[in-house]
Amino acid sequence: MQIKPILSALRRHKAGTFLIAMQIALTLAIVCNALFIIQQRIAHLSERTGIDEPDIFVIECEWVGSPTSQQADARMLEDLRVLRQLSSVQDATPSNSYPLNGGGWDDGIKLKPDQLQDSSGTTVYLADDHFIDTLGLKLIAGRNFRPEEVARIDMRDRLAAPQVIVTKALADKLFPNGDAVGKTIYLAGNPTTILGEVELLQAQSIDRWAADFAYRSVIVPRRLAASLGGFYIVRARPGQLDAAMRAAPAALFEHNPRRVINEQDGVLSFAQVRARAYERDRGMAILMGVICVALLAITAAGIVGLTSFWVGQRRKQIGVRRALGATQRDILGYFMTENLLISLGGVLVGVLLAIAINLWLVTRFEMSRLSMAYVLVGVAILLLLGQGAVLAPALRASRVPPVEATRSV
Amino acid sequence: MMFAYYFQLGLRSLRKNPLLTALMVMAIGCGVAASMTTYSVFRATSNNPIPGKSSQLYVPLIDNWGPEDAAQNKGEPPDAMSYTDAMALMRDHRARRQTALYPVAPSVIPADASMLPVRESSYAVYADAFPMFDVPFLYGGGWQASDDAAHAPVVVIGRALNDKLFRGVNSVGREINLDGRNYRITGVMDTWDPQPLFFDPVNTSGFGDPVQLFIPFTRAIDLKMATNGNNNCNKHSGEGWDAWIRSDCVWIEYWAELPSVAEANAFRQYLHGYAAEQQRSGRFTWAPNVRLYDVPQWLEHEKVVPQEAKVSLLVSLGFLLICLVNTVGLLLAKFMRRAPEIGVRRALGASRKEIYAQFLIEAGTVGLVGGVVGLLLTGVGVFGVTLVFDPDIARLATLNGSLIALTLLVAVLATVLAAFYPTWRAAQVQPAWQLKSN
Repeated sequence: MQIKPILSALRRHKAGTFLIAMQIALTLAIVCNALFIIQQRIAHLSERTGIDEPDIFVIECEWVGSPTSQQADARMLEDLRVLRQLSSVQDATPSNSYPLNGGGWDDGIKLKPDQLQDSSGTTVYLADDHFIDTLGLKLIAGRNFRPEEVARIDMRDRLAAPQVIVTKALADKLFPNGDAVGKTIYLAGNPTTILGEVELLQAQSIDRWAADFAYRSVIVPRRLAASLGGFYIVRARPGQLDAAMRAAPAALFEHNPRRVINEQDGVLSFAQVRARAYERDRGMAILMGVICVALLAITAAGIVGLTSFWVGQRRKQIGVRRALGATQRDILGYFMTENLLISLGGVLVGVLLAIAINLWLVTRFEMSRLSMAYVLVGVAILLLLGQGAVLAPALRASRVPPVEATRSV
Repeated sequence: MMFAYYFQLGLRSLRKNPLLTALMVMAIGCGVAASMTTYSVFRATSNNPIPGKSSQLYVPLIDNWGPEDAAQNKGEPPDAMSYTDAMALMRDHRARRQTALYPVAPSVIPADASMLPVRESSYAVYADAFPMFDVPFLYGGGWQASDDAAHAPVVVIGRALNDKLFRGVNSVGREINLDGRNYRITGVMDTWDPQPLFFDPVNTSGFGDPVQLFIPFTRAIDLKMATNGNNNCNKHSGEGWDAWIRSDCVWIEYWAELPSVAEANAFRQYLHGYAAEQQRSGRFTWAPNVRLYDVPQWLEHEKVVPQEAKVSLLVSLGFLLICLVNTVGLLLAKFMRRAPEIGVRRALGASRKEIYAQFLIEAGTVGLVGGVVGLLLTGVGVFGVTLVFDPDIARLATLNGSLIALTLLVAVLATVLAAFYPTWRAAQVQPAWQLKSN
């Protein structure tokens, strides 16, 4: 295929060539960044919590009549007894928060009391001895809390537990040699000994600001008995989640009606918790997907439209070429190559544009750097799209009969 | 006269190349719909919640944590205030009106024993808050400054709560039970739902249920009502309520009404002076680091517009741009195909100006049809917004009159803009050349 005549023909259609190339460039720039956003969002929402999600649900219980911490604690222990007695419930634990909750207590950990900077950030989960079993966490070193080690704590009390359980991620950060159990650390300024290690437990927030300590959680043997209320994390017996989610609030109200469990979101299965936490990520991925598809469709349609116009304009020239001995394949090849040349030009500009847009997004919206793989995928998609779009008009061109050369228009 | 004729010509020409026309209409429709849908979300989230006073209401911030903590936040002071500082500012009373406020969570215990207790979105504020925030009242009004001073058990409730508890009748002067204590109702608010919830984006992310209950700040502190929002401490506050109240933990929002620039400047000076005084007394060991934000600056500072709303608006505008490039190409094809026709018209005496008019109006017709398609798609899009954004935000994005008008306007304007180049090319057609080749 000779490129020179194509180039000289394109020079006569500067406007159309420029428009198609520009459309391809812009489409590439946007599709690359959109694909990248989709991938990041999907990666984000595929992160694991480390807990056994299918059987777990969460009850948010608020106390009526602002009880003292002692009173709230007594009510809470009663509630836990009621919950654990239900036939559909396997276990239950009180907590101040849970993964994907998006609110809770984050603090800093130091290795020495006089250290200025924290060694690591951490999410603090206040829990009892049922926490690990209820959430289905895997204890990989040390031991669980004993019931007598769990004590009551109020909102403003000092967090001074003699022992804590940490996640492997936190243990590895603080003690890279893997000998964390038995070591002393300073949590919220108070010394505490690492009693055990669990394999995986995500922080309460999945927001960007918490990304530094995403899996560095600490479990403290304290029941948060606050006058406002708190969470119960409940594990249903296998297959009985729905039954347990109905039975649990009913049993709690029957036992003690002086409480508020919000009708809309007071009882949430973990699947609902997950859907809420990742609503924006999922939605953004869908939106970007729709825009990508629409964009590619419109660009393809644009190429079809303009190429059809060119074919119509050049019927006579095509006829002449055919009459002079060009085969149908030659004509087809001509238009395909023409499109490839325009697309290559567009793609070249598009790659630069894609990177520029990404750099701007990085500074403006704290996004990550675009990986070159997405650019390459985008380039491949657009080149294929161009060839696919041009196929129909090019085939039509190849079917122009040589006799066309003799007609006047 | 000619306009109507060209418009008719335009409509007729739309039917002449149905494929090309359909492509253009779809491109414009999709581009406009995507932009308008995301714009509706952006508009809702970047709404000015209190247009008349947004430049008269200010949030003062005081750095009571020091430069080490501020360095982690680009040098900004904490975005809430400690009790110590909030009370000092309330005592000094330097603004026309001022209020400290924080979210509380009392349970409303209905007199009807068969009804379960409920929790509503509630705030502890000072009496000034009601005139400051332009709170509309259905019955009665806010309480008086004397009630603040007396730590009085008074309450302002929302219309929805009044409907629930008192079946909508005037309940001013009656009492409601909050956590076992009686409060006298001084006013029932009319529906009041500023979006974003400008006076407390820190604890609500800016969008949430309308506030249904206000109680005096002084009363809430007496009863040791903990904040139902964020409490941030740079070091441990010590044991118990009293230590917490005296600590440098920040959990209070502060608002000042400063109607003129001069008053705002004076207040800024005062804030600086206050921080300098704290430094002199040894409480702060750093130079004054204070801020004074008005409503728009405050909402910007708190990043109330979700990142998703901005990015998707930008991507959709890019989408619209591509659709327009596409339209330029297609219009070029469409117009140039009619070169012979143009040649004949020019030869019969039509001026270039008339060619311009004819083709721009034709493009406008395409734009209008594209706009109608775009309108339908925007309707679908606004409906689909619930997939993408929080329900709290999605409910604000609606297809109202102004959005409909804007959709059509953008479609027509964008298409006419896109038509300039193809029209110019059409007007350049040489009549003689066209006639000769025929």
